[in-house]
Amino acid sequence: MSLRPDLAIISRWIEPGSRVLDLGCGDGTLLDYLQRTRAVHGYGLEIDGDNVNAAIRRGVNVLQVDIDQGLGQFRTASFDYVVMTQALQAVNHPARLLEDMLRVGREGIVTFPNFGYWKARVALGLRGRMPVIDSLPAQWYETENVHLCTVQDFEALCRNLSIAIRHRRVVDWQHRSNWAMQRAPNLLGEIALYSLSGAGRAGR
Amino acid sequence: MSTATLPADSVGLVSPRTLQVTTPLQLECGVTLPSHELVYETYGTLNAERSNGVLICHALSGDHHAAGYHSLEDRKPGWWDSCIGPGKPIDTNRFFVVALNNLGGCKGSTGPTSINPQTGRRYGPDFPVVTVRDWVASQRELQAALGIERWAAVAGGSLGGMQVLQWAIDASDRLRHAIVIAAAPKLSAQNIAFNEVARQAILSDPDFHAGRYYDHGVLPRRGLMLARMLGHITYLSEDAMRAKFGRELREGRLNFGFDVEFQVESYLRYQGRSFVERFDANTYLLMTKALDYFDPAREFDDDLAAGLRQSQARFLVISFRGDWRFPSSRSREIVDALVEAGRDVSYVDIASRQGHDDFLMPIPDYQGALGGYFDRIAADLAR
Repeated sequence: MSLRPDLAIISRWIEPGSRVLDLGCGDGTLLDYLQRTRAVHGYGLEIDGDNVNAAIRRGVNVLQVDIDQGLGQFRTASFDYVVMTQALQAVNHPARLLEDMLRVGREGIVTFPNFGYWKARVALGLRGRMPVIDSLPAQWYETENVHLCTVQDFEALCRNLSIAIRHRRVVDWQHRSNWAMQRAPNLLGEIALYSLSGAGRAGR
Repeated sequence: MSTATLPADSVGLVSPRTLQVTTPLQLECGVTLPSHELVYETYGTLNAERSNGVLICHALSGDHHAAGYHSLEDRKPGWWDSCIGPGKPIDTNRFFVVALNNLGGCKGSTGPTSINPQTGRRYGPDFPVVTVRDWVASQRELQAALGIERWAAVAGGSLGGMQVLQWAIDASDRLRHAIVIAAAPKLSAQNIAFNEVARQAILSDPDFHAGRYYDHGVLPRRGLMLARMLGHITYLSEDAMRAKFGRELREGRLNFGFDVEFQVESYLRYQGRSFVERFDANTYLLMTKALDYFDPAREFDDDLAAGLRQSQARFLVISFRGDWRFPSSRSREIVDALVEAGRDVSYVDIASRQGHDDFLMPIPDYQGALGGYFDRIAADLAR
């Protein structure tokens, strides 16, 4: 099975041999890949029991904890990277968690579905309905997403929190990309991927 | 029970063996035991590389009989039969499982009920206070005698989990995996307080005779029974107790007296009475002291991570959300120290409601995690 393209993009942002904390690591696919190809030492945090067991079977370090409780148990600057794929929109306190990620890690890597994607805008703006699209497949009453945002919203938050954006990529839900998408990410990007650092923050 | 009715996933009929340890064992308290005996059982087959050995460490009242049956008449199998056997999480088709009765125990290993060679009498209260560290040292003698250079894993729950943690610190090159279940890095003041009440119950029983009850032909029944009743209160969550007993009355009406009226009273008295028949009060005192003294971080300036930094073992830590004796937060302390030390660790927090005893129960998520981890160990061994 080939790796999900978004995970391949993320792995290119990660230095070999580094320490990685993966928030909402699912079945451990990314960490497993990073261990084999980048020789990282990492831990995944995951709340779902089936995912935890799958990660254990993969031989990935997985800790069954709730990231909504924050990262208070982890020491400042104890990881090179703190990664969170497709979970930002589902946590209770995204801003607080972003700051916590950049406290614990030297860099942060975040991916989320872009609510500014044109299909979402069509659903809401023209049809007047909450979008049900490939990157947001659940109905409003079934979704775990509680803090959906657009590319522009996210970048505004980063500015407010003095978080520096090191890299940005947008892709479609199959994680393909093209030139136009990078030119108009908020309209054409379905999933956004960011590499962040706290370098711009006071006292750092 | 006839042979035909022994469950297919049981290790079947087993019999204990005895190891004579003739190397003197220097205990932490300063006493040296010139020799001692360890009673143990094994399940499964040691492979040619001698690499598939798994040591099981027992809790407060456990022993070497962890799985299978001693006779066809046995009503119950060994204490961790839910997890040890062919096709079970600790799969005896793949692993050579070793379980022993700890030093100071009362099920055959040298302990207070053994004859002191220096006096010709039972040790009784003269048996030295043993620590978790002493147990690991004595378990290493068993490991050597079995010709096992390195355990594939050492596993245990509660006080057993504490022995696993001590193994990973004291002899980390002698085990590949450390599986710490429903444990804590040290006891809380509340934990010690419960142990102290249990000890006082035994010590103040008029039949205790300063630990020399064997010589008087009696047992401190009431004291040991009370100690066990108290223990059982801490092994069950409040929810589990409510679900099991509620406020149900045995006779369906109030009797306005002090005999057993509520079902929970009847349960506790039964547990206490049956325990007295199978356990020694002096051993109970020793085990609770070993619990109280356990604090592996102490020699590392109270920094558990420092103690674990050099460990070569990989860890699995499991806690149970219904456990209030050693709650999940205590397991998290171990996990956090391991992460800080940069050790490999997975942590599973099982959604359960029974309480501390959950580590003995066949809970699907628990068995899935444990079995998955052992599958991984087996896969690594095969490489």
